[in-house]
Amino acid sequence: MTFSTALEAKFEKLLNSYPPGRKRAALIPMLLFAQDEVGAITGEVVNEIAGRLEITPLQIDEVVTYYSMLHREPRGKHNIQVCTNVSCLLVGGAELLEHAERKLGIRRGESTADGQFSLEEVECMGACSWAPALQVNYDFHHFVSPEKLDRLIDGLRKAH
Amino acid sequence: MLYNEPSPLEVKILTRRFGLENSQSLDTYLATDGFAGFRKALDMTPDQVIDEVKASNLRGRGGAGFPAGMKWGFVPRDSPKPKYIVVNADEGEPGTCKDRVLMENDPHQLIEGMLIAARAVGAQAGYIYIRGEYRYIIDIMDRAIAEEYERGYLGRNILGSGMDFDVYTHTGAGSYECGEESALLESLEGKRGQPRIRPPFPAVAGAFQCPTVLNNVETFCAVPAIFRDGAAAFADLGPPRNGGTRLFALSGHINKPGVYELPMGFNLLRMIQEVGGGIRGGGKLKAVIPGGSSCPVLRAEECDLSMDFDSVAKAGSMLGSGGVIVMDETTDMVKLAVRIMQFYQHESCGWCVPCREGTLWLEKVLTRVDNGGGRPSDINLIDELARNMLGRTFCPLGDAAAMPTISLVQKFRDEFEERLPKSVPAGDPRLVVVG
Repeated sequence: MTFSTALEAKFEKLLNSYPPGRKRAALIPMLLFAQDEVGAITGEVVNEIAGRLEITPLQIDEVVTYYSMLHREPRGKHNIQVCTNVSCLLVGGAELLEHAERKLGIRRGESTADGQFSLEEVECMGACSWAPALQVNYDFHHFVSPEKLDRLIDGLRKAH
Repeated sequence: MLYNEPSPLEVKILTRRFGLENSQSLDTYLATDGFAGFRKALDMTPDQVIDEVKASNLRGRGGAGFPAGMKWGFVPRDSPKPKYIVVNADEGEPGTCKDRVLMENDPHQLIEGMLIAARAVGAQAGYIYIRGEYRYIIDIMDRAIAEEYERGYLGRNILGSGMDFDVYTHTGAGSYECGEESALLESLEGKRGQPRIRPPFPAVAGAFQCPTVLNNVETFCAVPAIFRDGAAAFADLGPPRNGGTRLFALSGHINKPGVYELPMGFNLLRMIQEVGGGIRGGGKLKAVIPGGSSCPVLRAEECDLSMDFDSVAKAGSMLGSGGVIVMDETTDMVKLAVRIMQFYQHESCGWCVPCREGTLWLEKVLTRVDNGGGRPSDINLIDELARNMLGRTFCPLGDAAAMPTISLVQKFRDEFEERLPKSVPAGDPRLVVVG
């Protein structure tokens, strides 16, 4: 399978980042970066990376099932991740997640039929002092009110 | 970028460049005493470097508060193996968001701290393990690293000293457990983040089974100032055995939540009132979790407290990662206990049975109580389950789940009791079985 030139450059840098004989160390970054490009950790991605790192697909499965950010199925183009952990909970994180469910017409863990949006309830993302917080893919949004979330989603919809 | 206004009460040592134009650039860094500390360290012997860190009373900012200089001193420098510096930037303790702003606003300070540590133990490579959600931070650190290579602050023969040092970023992919140092090292090798049995400790067998200095971002970021201004100046900022400042992340029911750099030992009530602007809506303080969600909760009357490792420990909690979670009188402590346990249940790696099963049972029983279906024996059961996890796991995640739970049940027991259905006769032995 082929990846973009930019991703191949990232892989090459990674493979030069660890001591000799330790190229498996590149596994988790490679999986996450590949997922960003492909959309999911597909069987094809697993086999390709297993081959490059000279490990078994099972060793990759062990890792994929452990880390929350790695997934076998694609998320929506805009993956909305709402934190409901303590600091966010105290200032409306749980209500924000419910609001997002109503706004998008999907439940947490689901994607919209057009594949544009998916919604996840996530654990602490490191924005506690600017809560409630969420991430759309890798972008942070702080002090998110239901109205701000509406504007954010409407803006993303319009962008298509 | 700054996400909250600074406070006039801050003592800006690690955050001194925050808000400067181009604070991420090497030029700004150099124009503001950047690498002054490292240059001094280059003129010192490794033992002198370690002694200086010891004299500064710098203690680990990740949560445990272990003296950093002592940790560095455990590295066997005569070992024929390569030595490594590993930065724990897997910030994941709920309530904590300080490492993110340290890397975002002053990436070179972190690298300088790594260089000084490398000088102390003879390391030639370092890894910054950054949580996967902080993707833009990886880009910031990569740019800073590239700039330093170009200008001779990293690579071969750094500043003509003969010292070689390489720095790499490494991303996690969503795992609280990987913030635990031995699990982080497993993850760095491309495996599931399960903790290692210790000893050997990372100082002896860390990254790739080689001697390793592993500290939190904030710990490394404090090091340049120690060498620039002297260990005594750093130590004097805080009370005995607690040198320097701390980046406190204030969150919850306060008017001005934010990350603030304050001297170690700053009074907690004053922090809430004067730095955080008091309780929102003029409400009343109910409780504080002083150092991230794994720390036992403090009641309002326990909060007239010096925020240093020893004083908070004496008060029965922990300074932890500096995540100060403030709760007003509207806070539902049962719901809080449920949410905390959901988190630890989700993040338990599953290796140790007391943690894997304990967090799951606790989540179920706490949820049952919260939903009004609790049994009279449930409150004691929660306490017993939590106590049975304490000290019975290979890493501190079991304790991290148990400690806040025990404290919540102990200090707010009436709220748990009120949630029990009124019709069930108290103490019916037939109701002890967990469904």
